[in-house]
Amino acid sequence: MTEIWHGLTKAIGLIISLDPEVTEIAGRSLMISLTSTLLTSLICLPLGSLIHFKQFPGKRLVISLIQTFFGIPTVAIGLFVFILFSRAGPLGGLNLLFTPAVMVLGQMILITPLLLGLTIAALSGVDKVIPDTARSLGASGFQMTIIVLREARFAVMATVIMGFGRAISEVGIALIVGGNIRGFTRVITTAISLETAKGDLELSLALGIILIFIALIVNILLNRLQPR
Amino acid sequence: MPLIETVNLCQNSDGRDILKNVSLKVDRGEVFALIGPTGAGKTTLLRLIDLLDLPTSGKIYFDGSDVFESGKRKLEARRRMAFVLQKPVVFNMSVYDNIAYGLKLRRVDKGSIRQKVGRILEMVGLSTYQNRNARTLSGGEVQRVAIARAIVSEPDVLLLDEPTANLDPVSTAKIEQLITDIIRRDDTTIIMATHDMSQGQRLADRVGVLLDGEIRQTGGFQDIFTAPGSREVADFVGVENIIDGVIASNDDKVVTIDIGDNVIAAISDYAVGEKVYACIRPEDVTLALSRISSSARNSFSAKITRVVSRGQLSRIEMDCGFPLVALITKRSTEELNLAATREVYAIFKATGVHVIKRKSD
Ligand SMILES: Nc1ncnc2c1ncn2[C@@H]1O[C@H](COP(=O)(O)OP(=O)(O)OP(=O)(O)O)[C@@H](O)[C@H]1O
Ligand SMILES: [Mg+2]
Repeated sequence: MTEIWHGLTKAIGLIISLDPEVTEIAGRSLMISLTSTLLTSLICLPLGSLIHFKQFPGKRLVISLIQTFFGIPTVAIGLFVFILFSRAGPLGGLNLLFTPAVMVLGQMILITPLLLGLTIAALSGVDKVIPDTARSLGASGFQMTIIVLREARFAVMATVIMGFGRAISEVGIALIVGGNIRGFTRVITTAISLETAKGDLELSLALGIILIFIALIVNILLNRLQPR
Repeated sequence: MPLIETVNLCQNSDGRDILKNVSLKVDRGEVFALIGPTGAGKTTLLRLIDLLDLPTSGKIYFDGSDVFESGKRKLEARRRMAFVLQKPVVFNMSVYDNIAYGLKLRRVDKGSIRQKVGRILEMVGLSTYQNRNARTLSGGEVQRVAIARAIVSEPDVLLLDEPTANLDPVSTAKIEQLITDIIRRDDTTIIMATHDMSQGQRLADRVGVLLDGEIRQTGGFQDIFTAPGSREVADFVGVENIIDGVIASNDDKVVTIDIGDNVIAAISDYAVGEKVYACIRPEDVTLALSRISSSARNSFSAKITRVVSRGQLSRIEMDCGFPLVALITKRSTEELNLAATREVYAIFKATGVHVIKRKSD
């Protein structure tokens, strides 16, 4: 018990003193997950809008397929991306395995279904008369999509924040395709899972506290977006 | 050349015909009212005219050109129209931004937007509300924002779908005044749907009666009101007395119509033997206690079956051997002491009878 207490005070010390290793790992985590969330949003908001507004055969099936992938295990994606980029894999020539770039890609794959599905849900929550109103006032298809997204802005922002929350807290992909290389691909979650095993409790605790803190901020943001 | 012309528009949904061969022409500057009961297809037709939906078949010409030629042409045509939907919704933004929306879409510069929106806010009486979120407005205020938002871009055509449905009389009067102002201010062409005939009469130059997806009659309000072209139109415009008969004689357009036990005199072109309906508006029937000689050719002894008074008017239902309804002032009802079971004389002029040909089925 004293050992844990001791570790905890030391961990807090590491955070307060802005320990270079802690800040470096936390910074990288934020960097990678923010990048993946941003890129995925750029793809999924328009694509989700397209799926929502276009009528096409099999639309229902596509939407339920998207929802099925909400809870896909991260290790499954990690494995898939690993095979894709491994030396013998189809994209092996790119030499991207064990780089931050491939971690971003893995996280993008992970949160794409979530962002697509929640974007569609957010748009479905908008009064059906809004698109007609926009078009009747002279909006083109694109301008209509923009105003409907704007009407759903809180739900859309919540979607993006939830995507970020999922990306920063996952460990399977980061570990398998990132490899936890110190100073290069080591992020909060991989550091915790491997450093704990090695006995570096202080670092793990410090990073754990930061992760919880990030989760807290994400939750506060989500709560503030709830319609009152 | 009409500004808007529809040719044989049909709309079919789930195997049901919602609109059947609707052909309409509306001229520039005209105020045209589509009247019809609920479910007749008024909204469906307006949505097609505004190019929000695609018809199953048929064509729409806007200012002479076929709008379905290309997507670009459709957007161009739609941008020259504005449509106030039946249940208008506002965007979750300020009243000002709601009204400015159409102008921003058209990339109007900021200065002009401020000027135009300011003027319209004044016109609809919402200047003091301009910074309020439009979601907090009342139903009547939302309706005014919706109209303001539509007219601010100075459309050639304004489409209004039941602009005063669900509003109280005061708000209704305000909206009607606003529409009158718009009509007077610029020569906007207006097509409005309403199930309120008196509103159509107050605002429109011409009306089209839409029944069950078909335009049954178009014309001036008075023409349709006094001379409905078919039994269904007569029913809709409130002709309560519609009596089956056959033309028995025709003496230089003065006809007698055999209605079984009685004969009604009327003015008509139809030849002897033609099956017809005799339509008599209840307000054209007068009542007397004794058989008075008058120029009216139709006088029947009648027994009152029911008297219903509402406001200043009384509805007198009678049995003259055939059912007949009269609408007279409440005052005369009291003076004549009219009540059920009383015997009276029902009188109406031959010119007050509108004769419609019965479809042989
Ligand atoms: N999308 C749709 N799918 C199937 N039927 C529809 C659809 N929209 C309208 N209808 C039907 O078409 C008919 C005409 O509807 P419409 O809304 O045009 O009537 P309306 O004349 O505007 O009536 P109201 O005065 O009540 O507004 C109705 O019977 C309605 O149920
Ligand atoms: Mg309607």
